[in-house]
Amino acid sequence: MSIHRLLARMVLAVCLALGATLANAQAQTNAPEALLKRLVEAGQAEKTDLLKALSETGDERARGWLEAVRDGKLAMIEDTGALVIVVNNRGRNWQIADALTGEDLGEMSRRDLQSLRVNNALRADIEGILSVIDLTVADPGQRLDAARNLLGEVNEALATQLQARLQVEDNGQVRDMLTNALAIYQVEQGDVEAVATLSGSLNPTVRAALNNAVNSDDPALAAAAEEALASIEQKLKLNRAAETLYFGLSLGSVLVLAAIGLAITFGVMGVINMAHGELIMLGAYTTWGMQQLFPGQPGLALILSIPAGFLVAALAGIAIERSVIQYLKGRPLETLLATFGISLILQQLVRTVISPLNRTVVTPEWMSGSIMVNEALSLTLNRLYVIGFALVVFAGLMLIMRKTRLGLEVRAVTQNRAMARSMGIKATKVDIMTFALGSGVAGLAGVPLSQITNVGPNLGQNYIIDSFMVVVFGGVGNLWGTLIAGLSLGTINQLLEPWAGAVLAKIMVLVLIILFIQKCPRGLFPQKGRAAEG
Amino acid sequence: MATSQTWLLRPFQERSTQLFLGVLFAAMVVVTFLHLFMPEDSALHVSAYTVTLLGKYLCYALLAVAVDLVWGYLGILSLGHGAFFALGGYAMGMYLMRQIGDRGVYGDPVLPDFMVFLNWQELPWYWQGFDMAWFAFIMVLLAPGLLALVFGFLAFRSRVTGVYLSIITQALTFALMLAFFRNEMGFGGNNGLTDFKDILGFDLRSDATRLGLFLATGIALAVGYVVCRAIVTSKLGRVSVACRDAEARTRFLGYRVERVQLFVFVVSAMLAGVAGALYVPQVGIINPSEFSPLFSIEIVVWVALGGRATLYGAVIGALLVNYAKTVFTGIMPDAWLFALGALFVLVTVFLPKGIAGLLQKRRQKDDDQPGAQEATA
Repeated sequence: MSIHRLLARMVLAVCLALGATLANAQAQTNAPEALLKRLVEAGQAEKTDLLKALSETGDERARGWLEAVRDGKLAMIEDTGALVIVVNNRGRNWQIADALTGEDLGEMSRRDLQSLRVNNALRADIEGILSVIDLTVADPGQRLDAARNLLGEVNEALATQLQARLQVEDNGQVRDMLTNALAIYQVEQGDVEAVATLSGSLNPTVRAALNNAVNSDDPALAAAAEEALASIEQKLKLNRAAETLYFGLSLGSVLVLAAIGLAITFGVMGVINMAHGELIMLGAYTTWGMQQLFPGQPGLALILSIPAGFLVAALAGIAIERSVIQYLKGRPLETLLATFGISLILQQLVRTVISPLNRTVVTPEWMSGSIMVNEALSLTLNRLYVIGFALVVFAGLMLIMRKTRLGLEVRAVTQNRAMARSMGIKATKVDIMTFALGSGVAGLAGVPLSQITNVGPNLGQNYIIDSFMVVVFGGVGNLWGTLIAGLSLGTINQLLEPWAGAVLAKIMVLVLIILFIQKCPRGLFPQKGRAAEG
Repeated sequence: MATSQTWLLRPFQERSTQLFLGVLFAAMVVVTFLHLFMPEDSALHVSAYTVTLLGKYLCYALLAVAVDLVWGYLGILSLGHGAFFALGGYAMGMYLMRQIGDRGVYGDPVLPDFMVFLNWQELPWYWQGFDMAWFAFIMVLLAPGLLALVFGFLAFRSRVTGVYLSIITQALTFALMLAFFRNEMGFGGNNGLTDFKDILGFDLRSDATRLGLFLATGIALAVGYVVCRAIVTSKLGRVSVACRDAEARTRFLGYRVERVQLFVFVVSAMLAGVAGALYVPQVGIINPSEFSPLFSIEIVVWVALGGRATLYGAVIGALLVNYAKTVFTGIMPDAWLFALGALFVLVTVFLPKGIAGLLQKRRQKDDDQPGAQEATA
């Protein structure tokens, strides 16, 4: 190898190394660490630019630094010049952490620390920068939140940034939100056309901005804003109606659940079971018991409680039927008294054996939370599940009564007992099965009820009068009537509540039913034909 | 044909009524004697507390008679008679409240304490007149009577009977309970009316007043019993029993069933109101819990235990159950609901005619007479 070549290579290597170092040095001035260093020494005017540069590096730590600067918690150790973040600034010794690595550095006397000064102008700038940072994160949900936070907060500097951001944003919802945020700014600046953008939004901040615009000096702007507000108001009204309907349906489905078992025992069999509420209570307590059996798995326990609640209540129902009701056939008022006695015994049993206090039933995660339909309307999940459950139970019962052998026999026995028996139907067995079915459904009702009401010894009492009202209102012996009656009573109750209050609404509904029964003694859907002549 | 005079006097010719009144007055005399003339340390002395307790039982007995009148002789199982009782009680309570005058905690000469507390400036219109005893006593009859009239008119006219009627009477008392719990109603809300001082000028805390109230209750029970007896032995009473046993048939015979039902129902409600009015000064408080469906249904079980359609059975049942309640809740409060619940079941399954039914059966055996005096449905 010739010496020339070797030299040439060495020169090349040195040159390369030198170049690399130079490039490195250039990069370092723009590296987050360097920017942070420069920040400490910079004047107030320069700081904003530095912070902006810092945020544009895309460094994950940028957010933490910006927040620390905003809160005046970024500090420099006077001796070493190292940058730290003050974690806790109470007392004489402050707890600090390394600004770059986040490593805990223990405590240090506050005299040895020099905090970075911030003024209000800088703080406002930082807020803007922070919200823009959030607009660039990967999760669209977080971007949407960030965009929502920007509503009404946009200033001139931010507006240009948002416009830039709008070009690259690919999520529709976030885009809409950003457009709204910009439009609010433009309306504030007196832009009449921007009002049109806002007219569909249900956001309260948008409404506030429009309300401001109504009072503006520009008549064109004021008129446009007023129009937009009216259309928003219209939309809100619709949403409120939808919300009331949802609450009404959910309350109604609770009533249906509570009453549907009674519709079987009272409506079909003609047995007045005052212990019906306590059977619901047994279902709710079964849920609680299952959750004690499967600690930490409330969802599994809840699902297992559905068959368990049915079984427990059905067995209790069989016991009641065999021990008392079969002896009181054809004496409805006596049955009423005896089953009331049973309800007292069951209540006291729960009080003595378990506790007179309410038990807590855990709501599994997949049942809590809510679905947000739009800014003004969100549906709570647990009520949605109750509505669904009620409909499923109703459909199941309908199928049993219409399509199965048991349903056929039940209808035969209730219509003409003697004839049914002479056709070979075991009437006593059918009685037991029917009562067990009705009781079991009451137990089923207790499972979802445990999610939305207190599980205590009085749970049943709270539902018994309502349940009877629903069955009587709907027409005895008619499952469809029970469904319609339950849902409509729930909705009426919710409609009355806003202007009458909860208690008065309930009273009014009760009075309404009492009056209704005077008019139609056999309910909404009376039985026709021979079965009606009871 | 019976004239109006013998109509009211007829019950006195019955052996059962004579016996009932005899026992009642004898008991009242004995209690009075033991209370007044026995030295306090004697074992036979009846304390003022016991006198009031007995007075309370007699109020319940009158209430039970009222329920038996509609259930036993009209076949209407009212699960809302507690409402009439409570309304009579509230009418009396309002009078007693006005009697407090400026001796209340806030010392307002007109407004009761709870109204001052709620910052009300003047007496609501429906409180007017309750400072006069005669007005209040009329209202004791009128308030429950009017409610029964309106409710009964609507219900009987549209032929709501049987279980449906029972359930809506229960709904009625439940609705009233919710309403009276509200402070805005102006009846003291949750706490009800209490802290009474005197009645007709007599101090409510003095032993003499308590004895007087006890005797008044006894007389009211006697009068109520005789009135009920007179009704059930009259022609009207026979029609009402016919309504109970075969409503449609009675209607086809040309009787206005709903009028009979309405009359008996209203009389019964008024009797319940009187019972409530006598109850309030003796226990010293009236609150919405008297409207609770549980209380109303408890009354029915007193009657069921004593025996329906006998009237004296209702009295026996009310006294027995309430005595048992006092004993039980004193010794082991937890067991009371078990006992009450078991009573409901046992009476309906094993004693459909109640204690009176047992007594009648024994008498029939002794006399060897066929056929019961009173048919029960």
